[in-house]
Amino acid sequence: MAYSEKVVDHYNNPRNVGSFTKDTPGVGTGLVGAPECGDVMKLQIKVNLDTGVIEDAKFKTFGCGSAIASSSLATEWLKGKTVDEASKIKNTDIVNELKLPPVKIHCSVLAEDAIKAALADYREKHVADAEASR
Amino acid sequence: MALKFPIFMDAQSTTPADPRVVEAMIPYFTEKFGHAASRNHSFGWEAEAGVDRAREQLARIIGARDPKELVFTSGGTESINLAIKGIAEMYREKGNHIVTTVIEQRASLDVGKRLERQGYEVTYVPVRPDGLVELEAIQKAITDKTILISVMFANNEVGTIQDIAAIGRLAKDKGIIFHTDATQAVGKIPVNVETMGIDLLSCTAHLLYGPKGVGALYVRRKGPRVRIAPLIDGGGHERGMRSGTLPVPLIVGFGRAAEICGEVMAEEGARLAKLRDRLQDMILSNVDEAFLNGHPERRLPHNLNISFAYVEGESVLMGLNKETALSSGSACTSSTLEPSYVIGALGASAELAHSSIRFSLHRFTTEEEVEHVGARTIEVVKRLRDMSPLYELAKEGVDLKSIRWKAE
Repeated sequence: MAYSEKVVDHYNNPRNVGSFTKDTPGVGTGLVGAPECGDVMKLQIKVNLDTGVIEDAKFKTFGCGSAIASSSLATEWLKGKTVDEASKIKNTDIVNELKLPPVKIHCSVLAEDAIKAALADYREKHVADAEASR
Repeated sequence: MALKFPIFMDAQSTTPADPRVVEAMIPYFTEKFGHAASRNHSFGWEAEAGVDRAREQLARIIGARDPKELVFTSGGTESINLAIKGIAEMYREKGNHIVTTVIEQRASLDVGKRLERQGYEVTYVPVRPDGLVELEAIQKAITDKTILISVMFANNEVGTIQDIAAIGRLAKDKGIIFHTDATQAVGKIPVNVETMGIDLLSCTAHLLYGPKGVGALYVRRKGPRVRIAPLIDGGGHERGMRSGTLPVPLIVGFGRAAEICGEVMAEEGARLAKLRDRLQDMILSNVDEAFLNGHPERRLPHNLNISFAYVEGESVLMGLNKETALSSGSACTSSTLEPSYVIGALGASAELAHSSIRFSLHRFTTEEEVEHVGARTIEVVKRLRDMSPLYELAKEGVDLKSIRWKAE
């Protein structure tokens, strides 16, 4: 099985590996997948609370090279997007960009799930924070 | 000596042919090209002599009394098919039950499944966490309808070596035919069909530094005389058990490969075990939560299988694949998209099956290669752990089992 150049590049030079402290204001965390399935992604966004723009994103992934590449790419794409724009990222965009073969499509699906989970977590916490400060 | 890349450490998938084997084969492609069944001219006699010699060489390495007990096939898969299906068909009147284990290689398991669809019953005996099959478990599985016990000699993933002689005695006591898939064992460790009570034995050339495309099935002729129904009908070659023109060059290579293995086995096994132990010590002393799969002692000298918790196997291979060829039990590296059923059968979690890496050494593996592969594996695993959310959680003291994971 040969990997596309972009998958190899993200695997060798993963962008934005790391973690934010979960309870920092503006941070949303998504943790998806399952260890027994061989894929777990943790994806985090840090949103500027004034502008609603994602200022930073980080990931950690347990999974194959394509799973690592999909989450690495997702963090790159998230940065600079508003929360609404970010919710429009589709797994098919990741498939096309990384040229993932059919057996690796689930990696892109998981990355989309991770984005959605991080956004949902951010929204939930942000609303709660806003209500608390009111 | 300078390292040459890529390094091949996947020798339980296949082995490179020994140059001496290739040398022995070459004349049989060109000047000695005859059909081994041509009875009336020198071309045929020459080819037949080559085949006869190979049969003797092979008989010697498995301790067969008579070279005629060996039937040449296209490889391990065919030998296994011929053994199990051949017995099932031949002894149908006597019974319809087969006892085997859960860690057999795919060929055996798939033959079992097919036979089940045809009305046979197959019991897949579980193994202990170290990969050994308990004799009592086999004994308990036997019924008055059992016609065959089929247990692999040494496992292809974790290298665990079964107590074949004990199983052979049990089979003999019960009057049941005993087949062993010895594809990983022949040429590597002592195998003796007489002292071990083996009635049928499958093996293949390409795992003992011979060519791909040829294997053999040992079929006992005396005490008891074992009969099998053929899979392939035709000219009645191989005493009617396997028709088809014999691939003489491949068979000659197989014989030569077996002969060389016989000469070097003790020394080679000791050398590889030492290198393997070095690799194992290096990795286990530098990586936390790395677990040896299989039996620590009763295993093939060239096999090492380790699960690296919190990192996925394919990602480890990807970090090494420019320079080293290894294999993994990860689902991502299997055609079935399931993690290794062998590691699973040892009672390991699916996560650890996804995380398993098999290192298998061979005749041409050097100490420098072992040092390099060990050091690089440690590096890659550490790098991947730094980006593993599971490792992070575990280090924070979170019990991963307490998390409600949402599978996609």
